[in-house]
Amino acid sequence: MALTIALVGNPNSGKTTLFNLLTGANQYVGNWPGVTVEKKEGYLRSNKEIKLADLPGIYSLSPYSPEEMISRSYLAENRPDAIINIVDGTNIERNLYLTTQLMDFGLPMVVAVNQMDMVQKSGDKLDVVALSKKLGLPVVAISALKNTGVDTLIQKAQEVAQKGLAPEPAKLNEHTENAIIEIENMLEHLPKESRRWYAIKALESDEAAFKEGEFAKLKAMGLSAIIESFEQLRNDEAESAIITDRYDLVEVFVRDSYRKKSVGLNTSDKIDRVVTNRVLALPIFAVVMFLVYYIAVTTVGAWVTDWTNEELFGDGFFLGKGKAAYEEATANYEEAEILKEAFESEAEKSGYDLQKDSFLQDAENLKVTAAWEDEEGEPVTKEVDIATYKEALTTLETEPEPEDFGRFVPGIPVVVENWMGEDATPWVKSLVLDGVVAGVGAVLGFVPQMFVLFFMLAILEGCGYMARVAFIMDRIFRRFGLSGKSFIPMLIGTGCSVPGIMASRTIENERDRRMTIVTTSFIPCGAKLPVIAMIAGALFGGAPWVSPLTYFIGMAAVIISGLILKKTRMFGGEASPFVMELPAYRLPAASNVLRSTWERGWSFIKKAGSIILLSSIVIWIISYVGFIDGRFVLVEDLNDGLAANIGNAIAWIFKPLGFGDWRSTVATTFGLVAKENVVNTFGILYRAPEIAEDGRQIWGMLAQTYTPAAGFSLLLFNLLCLPCFAAMGAIRREMNNARYTLFAFGYQTLFAYVVSLIVYQLWLLFTGASFTVASFIAVALLFAGIYLVVRPKQKLKGETL
Amino acid sequence: MRTLKDAKIGETVTVTGLQGTGALKRRVMDMGITRGTQVYVRKLAPLGDPVEVTVRGYELSLRKQEAEMIEIQ
Repeated sequence: MALTIALVGNPNSGKTTLFNLLTGANQYVGNWPGVTVEKKEGYLRSNKEIKLADLPGIYSLSPYSPEEMISRSYLAENRPDAIINIVDGTNIERNLYLTTQLMDFGLPMVVAVNQMDMVQKSGDKLDVVALSKKLGLPVVAISALKNTGVDTLIQKAQEVAQKGLAPEPAKLNEHTENAIIEIENMLEHLPKESRRWYAIKALESDEAAFKEGEFAKLKAMGLSAIIESFEQLRNDEAESAIITDRYDLVEVFVRDSYRKKSVGLNTSDKIDRVVTNRVLALPIFAVVMFLVYYIAVTTVGAWVTDWTNEELFGDGFFLGKGKAAYEEATANYEEAEILKEAFESEAEKSGYDLQKDSFLQDAENLKVTAAWEDEEGEPVTKEVDIATYKEALTTLETEPEPEDFGRFVPGIPVVVENWMGEDATPWVKSLVLDGVVAGVGAVLGFVPQMFVLFFMLAILEGCGYMARVAFIMDRIFRRFGLSGKSFIPMLIGTGCSVPGIMASRTIENERDRRMTIVTTSFIPCGAKLPVIAMIAGALFGGAPWVSPLTYFIGMAAVIISGLILKKTRMFGGEASPFVMELPAYRLPAASNVLRSTWERGWSFIKKAGSIILLSSIVIWIISYVGFIDGRFVLVEDLNDGLAANIGNAIAWIFKPLGFGDWRSTVATTFGLVAKENVVNTFGILYRAPEIAEDGRQIWGMLAQTYTPAAGFSLLLFNLLCLPCFAAMGAIRREMNNARYTLFAFGYQTLFAYVVSLIVYQLWLLFTGASFTVASFIAVALLFAGIYLVVRPKQKLKGETL
Repeated sequence: MRTLKDAKIGETVTVTGLQGTGALKRRVMDMGITRGTQVYVRKLAPLGDPVEVTVRGYELSLRKQEAEMIEIQ
């Protein structure tokens, strides 16, 4: 018989471990409609007939958080065949509080007391039989981590589900029970077993539990009078009175079944004494964050990203040895080309005929100095005489092929190109290679790094430190409407916004999470550094203050946006309560860490992938398709593509910002593919034959085109506007809501525009330019911005959390 | 009236009531701070806020602003 069992429990109760243990690989992760809360379902490993629904970790079934709303409407409306309520044995009172609420649904139910091994180890006593008697339902002691008692649990759950054995609801205070019965009588249209749950919700005036209009109907039937007299009897609000009842009841449950051996501090307490100690907390925090950053961004993360970008999505890579030898041979080959070139051109100038057989003898005494720049842009010179020239000719006879130097695996673009063969139409080839493979490759490059990061976040979460991060940083971040946990996305964002945005996952509060997602990409990421270096070099003589300044601007953008947004209707609402459990420190389970890493990484590839693929194709089309002589053709040169036309057409938009020429517009657009493309694009548009990472070859031309004010404004706009497509994909994935995603994109672009406008126009004013309409607008916008930051919080009607 | 915000670190206090309404009050109570509960004030975060308390055998952190809603003896 097919059964559905819901798994319900507190956060940190080991619910995820149990779910993974029971379902193994037979699980599906999705999102509940309309919210970012994860929806996990799976089939039992031991019995594929039984479906397990893993409801989000919750403390209660109040109407105030999306997790709780989802869980209770699932239980009330879908009515699974049974509930497995997982309870943390080391934290029994608060966990059983949820149990008393679950018992009101009239659904068959089993309680699984998890972490029994920990309970025994600490010397506490938990009498499962006594607890089972008190609760009136089966209680099974398990350890999800050690896989003990789990089979019995499933057997019991199946048994109650098949027999439809619902427990007697936990009896609350006498007055409460009387009021419940009175309301139950008004709910006769409902099936008997679900009346109690709705009656209690009605007594709590919890309108959200009812279908539209139904609560008003109850009120018309005399609900208000029942509540009023109940509150008078209890001398308390109904909602509080019921919570107090439940905790009183829990105390009765545990009185006879649980004995705490309360002597001294346990291991977790001892760790906590050090880790969140007043003096040591911040240094320890700094070290942990440095390690996360160091591993995820600078070392392991950077290695894997470089490998994917340059080798897997480049020419290819060697398995084992061969790379160094091949690179040396290639360098020699390239040098030989330069030497040959230098010698021959000098020889021609001196009147020798290269075609003559006797050339080598004729030019015997010729000596030439070849000069070029090495990879770092340093000038190199070398004397070339006839011997060197002959040597170079020998070197040039065979071009080094990577296959000759070891086991070489060609990169994906090479494989795809070979697979398409010689006969493929050029435009199809270009679309696939330059558009799809290059575009998707640019993004997939981040994936390994993201896996590294998610791995570390999973460890931080699993061991309990993540909650402490929030505890330590809360004071700073909450001023800006963010969460203490926003620190991690921002930190990671200095490396790359994509994993930074994805790291916002760890923030439970939806409002804080959304604010973090909108603001994370303001922090300059690694790919923006070349742009900063280019502007600093071209227009500010490489001044050392430009780069640090951009970081301050990034931080200021986060803070200002936080202050502005937290007062808006979309991000405002009631202040989120920061009543947070600090879970006990424990060793994270390896399987949980790996699974969480995999799920988050895969979800990025799947969901962000589509937007990235699509935008790569669009960008390719506008770059390589254009009108030439009135005909629509594939163009060779970016300068002729549609992108250049579009750039020209919309350049006027940026006039007030100081850089309204088509080149900067096109470069900014291509920056959306990847921010470092801004430099490359300028290189192509200025027709520079070759371009270094910081674009030093075009500094002179940039300096002629832009004033320092305009250049700075261009830099600001590129730093703050829409991030790259990969980051936009991440934003879309994490918002999981079209309205908020579009808002984020719009806000970032508008914010960047306004900031650049203000800075540019004020810069002009301060350097003695006359007051124009644009400067008036800039000043007005500045004051409007200041007003938005300092204005009092709006009174919002009908906002819930 | 004394509130949890006035309690000293290392002090164990008994909750006599809760102020406030709605989500915040519900959340505080859901986490087990109800009338008559014993709360041990454990420590202050390094930057001076929030507070860490032990309640019903586990660790809970709350802001001073929220601690101010909790009346104690």
